[in-house]
Amino acid sequence: MTDSSPCSNNSPPVLKIEELAVSYKVRGGEVDAVQNVTFEICRGETFGVVGESGCGKSTVAWSIVNFLGANGYVKHGSIKFQGQELVGKTGEELRRLRGDQIAMVYQDPMQALNPSMRLGEQMKEVLTVHRGLSEAEAEKRSIAMLGRVYMPDPADVMGRFPHQISGGQQQRVVIAMALLNNPALLIMDEPTTALDVTVEAAVLDLIAELRHDFDTAILYISHNLGVVARVCNRVGVMYAGEMVEKATVEEIYRQPQHPYTQGLMRCVPRLGSDKHESVLYPIRGRVPRPSNRPNGCIYHPRCDYTQDLCIQKRPQLRPLPNGSWVRCHLAEQIDFHDWKPSEEIHIPQSVQSTAADAEPILEVQNLQKYYPVKGNSLRDVFGMGEKRYVKAVEDVSLQVPKGKTLGVVGESGCGKSTLVKTIIGLEEPTTGKVIFQGFDISNELSERKLELMKELQMVFQNPDSTMNPSYTVGQQIGRPMEHFKTVPKKQIRDEVLKLLEAMRLGPGYYDRLPRQLSGGEKQRVGIARALASHPNLVLCDEPVSALDVSVQAAILNLLMEIQANLGTTLVFIAHDLSVVRFFSDYVAVMYLGQIMEYGPADAIYSPPYHPYTEALLSAVPIPDPSAAQKNIRLQGSVPSALNPPSGCRFHTRCHRRDLLADGGKICAEQTPPWRKWEHGHQIFCHLPAEILESFGPVITTTSQSGV
Amino acid sequence: MAIGERTFPPAAAQPGTLQRFWNSFSIIFNSKVGTLGLAMVLFWVLVAFVSLFWVPYEPNANQFVQNLPPNAQNWLGTDHLGRDIASRLMTGTQVILLKTRLPGGNVSIPGGVALWGVFGSLAMGVLLGLNAGYRGGWADQIIMQVLDALIAFPQIVLYLVVIAALGQGDLVVILAIAITGAPGVARLARSLAMDIKTRDYIRAAETRGENTWFIMFREILPNARGPLLVDAMLRVGYAIFAIGTLGFLGLGLPPPDPDWGTMVNEARKNIFTNASAVIVPSVAIASLVIGLNLFADGLREELSRYQK
Repeated sequence: MTDSSPCSNNSPPVLKIEELAVSYKVRGGEVDAVQNVTFEICRGETFGVVGESGCGKSTVAWSIVNFLGANGYVKHGSIKFQGQELVGKTGEELRRLRGDQIAMVYQDPMQALNPSMRLGEQMKEVLTVHRGLSEAEAEKRSIAMLGRVYMPDPADVMGRFPHQISGGQQQRVVIAMALLNNPALLIMDEPTTALDVTVEAAVLDLIAELRHDFDTAILYISHNLGVVARVCNRVGVMYAGEMVEKATVEEIYRQPQHPYTQGLMRCVPRLGSDKHESVLYPIRGRVPRPSNRPNGCIYHPRCDYTQDLCIQKRPQLRPLPNGSWVRCHLAEQIDFHDWKPSEEIHIPQSVQSTAADAEPILEVQNLQKYYPVKGNSLRDVFGMGEKRYVKAVEDVSLQVPKGKTLGVVGESGCGKSTLVKTIIGLEEPTTGKVIFQGFDISNELSERKLELMKELQMVFQNPDSTMNPSYTVGQQIGRPMEHFKTVPKKQIRDEVLKLLEAMRLGPGYYDRLPRQLSGGEKQRVGIARALASHPNLVLCDEPVSALDVSVQAAILNLLMEIQANLGTTLVFIAHDLSVVRFFSDYVAVMYLGQIMEYGPADAIYSPPYHPYTEALLSAVPIPDPSAAQKNIRLQGSVPSALNPPSGCRFHTRCHRRDLLADGGKICAEQTPPWRKWEHGHQIFCHLPAEILESFGPVITTTSQSGV
Repeated sequence: MAIGERTFPPAAAQPGTLQRFWNSFSIIFNSKVGTLGLAMVLFWVLVAFVSLFWVPYEPNANQFVQNLPPNAQNWLGTDHLGRDIASRLMTGTQVILLKTRLPGGNVSIPGGVALWGVFGSLAMGVLLGLNAGYRGGWADQIIMQVLDALIAFPQIVLYLVVIAALGQGDLVVILAIAITGAPGVARLARSLAMDIKTRDYIRAAETRGENTWFIMFREILPNARGPLLVDAMLRVGYAIFAIGTLGFLGLGLPPPDPDWGTMVNEARKNIFTNASAVIVPSVAIASLVIGLNLFADGLREELSRYQK
């Protein structure tokens, strides 16, 4: 297999990376970020690189264009681009190449575009500088390319500044710019990670389509298995700086060979599965730091199949009969479907849902939150201008039954976080009521009684800012106990240790500072702090969004276990629909500050759907190439909450509006009614119940892969 | 979590406070500039301590020929009253770095005028800045407007006003330094507080119903101490400079203890016959200030650098 090209048409690969090792010089030594990475990409092929954060995915991409920074360098190995060796090339040669034949698309389009230049100028520059085209010709081509990436009104977009178009459109412009020179290689580093799921779906469609049309080789980097399944032909899985498996997309998802890939597959909730019928299996331990990677197989400390051979000898990437390449001694003996969870992993017992008529612990009534906006005009300065408001939450009513989990989903900016902040008292509601355990808590936080605060705690999103960097874990978990006087002073330490134990953190963590913890550990401490006062209701604001999938599974299991043991009620916000489906008993779907659909989790994910829920579900990337999914793509972006659409707020983007008389005139004019079904399932839509019920399911899985 | 502990040895052997301090302090040696600055500062600190126990001659005794150039007996020469400049220079470090003379008697408290002055401006500035930054709104408006008005005065004028109102003395100089330094510290503390108050752990404290003062001083302040410390280091330099300026204007630290600024002021009348009496204390001021600046720069550089 050494000489023959893997490319179908026997043309040489566009990019061939062999035994690449990249190191960064840091204070007191070197960090080997990447080692032994070998792969090639052919024309018209998309090669996906997946792995958790810190596995060296981006470093591989940067090494190709030598963007390693002042302290990074290629230690050994070769990078051949169209047969040309790139390692050791000087700056000027590489610069030519980058502009002419290699293009990159990054995660954040706002940072890739110059905010002070018109988009047209930025695009034309690519052609006038690299191709030496005339202004007029460059303009013509740029407009054509913008049309190609489905930008509405391309000629008009040319004259706009980056901030005048939405995030999804910005990413389209960046992709258009990358394609202007018709590059041989396109490197995409998490191009959709910063985008909302509906926008992401459209961009992914575009990428998949462009690959066919332009015959470009694409290196696609992502942490999301679902995204990779949608756009790639072949996938390389990276772990701790090494490529551990390389296979076609179909093989990877159907028959993952490396235990790490298998572990990844098992810890992502499938869309449609819930906590009563399936279990997430986190991978134990964590990715080792580059400075203390184990000897032998790099994965052996976390592997379920470790044998002496694995500890002694480092496996090589070797081909298997089915065409996959894997870095594992035992690949032939391991069967993905025969796996049994090891006993070290705690599988939480899910609370069997008893009768749905548990009394509500939290009741939100017609809650509204407006933020006043300061204008810049002279009249505003004197307070004479028209008062304008960001209508973040509009007329939200819901109930959370005791001991259950309410999931809140929606795209960014739909008011999920504001809703939670208003409930807990960090924001004061404009109108409406929040009733918690029979007490009205819609007043200011400082007027709230300590006993009520104790019962209502919150878990935050960002693991890096959830803990105060100046205090040890023990001090931070002990503080609520001390403050609420739930535990006598002398027993606080014991109580904290008990809580740490419950979080699966040993007593050794008591004296650690936050900077000595990994993201998942910080999040566990954040949960422990919220639980320290034994609250009845915990609000979780995207507690797992910033975590890697294997850690995410562990945190979700932990929360479920806590709920089972303590009977805590949870409100769980997330933008990931599979996680919410998996974790929640009830789900509320929010759009622009309004709840569009509310009901038991299984009812939300199967028909009848609200049109918005339907669109969301069809946009979710599913880590299973064999799953069939309806293709509904919403037009445009979420309107501004400063001036939300009248009537039904979703009417400007609704794809089902035409089903109503007069093209859905009523949607723009009147607030929709709540259509109700059994078990409290409600849909906020003008469409009559019969039509809503006639929609077919969004996702149909043919094969039942996984466990 | 057996694996978690293998990859990260438990912190069972808790380093002592002193050890931890040394660990975080020793990063300064990664910066050449910072090390040089530290050496310059330590040199003067050492001189100050030595002068407590030994000086070549009595600093205030006029026992030599006037205006001598440097020679074997008087290493740095003598001044216009025949006093040994080396001895006066050494003793002069005390009032800046080591002791503050309280009014009415010979009682001194440890810590020099420059240090106490900076401490004063830190205390005032942090108090005002945290309140302005964390509370925001009207509190912020009022506090910052007043401080901005204070900044608008030339510093020398402020010094003169304070000293004219309160008379001469170590405490008055400390007060002058503290008041002129406070607005700058307050601005820094305010911007840090405004940044830190957006973090989730502050939200957590608020949902716990913590007292505003607890949040400001226990949750925010410890995380702002790095930049504040670096700033304080620079401010000690400015304070020494200010003491020199005041001394030069004849408003500085009162006799009998020699003071570098006063030394320059007195010697400048004879600058053409005895230049060294002016140059030597000037160089002393400059080297200490530059040393502190270099040290602060190195510290800032190393604190903000990516650490493994």
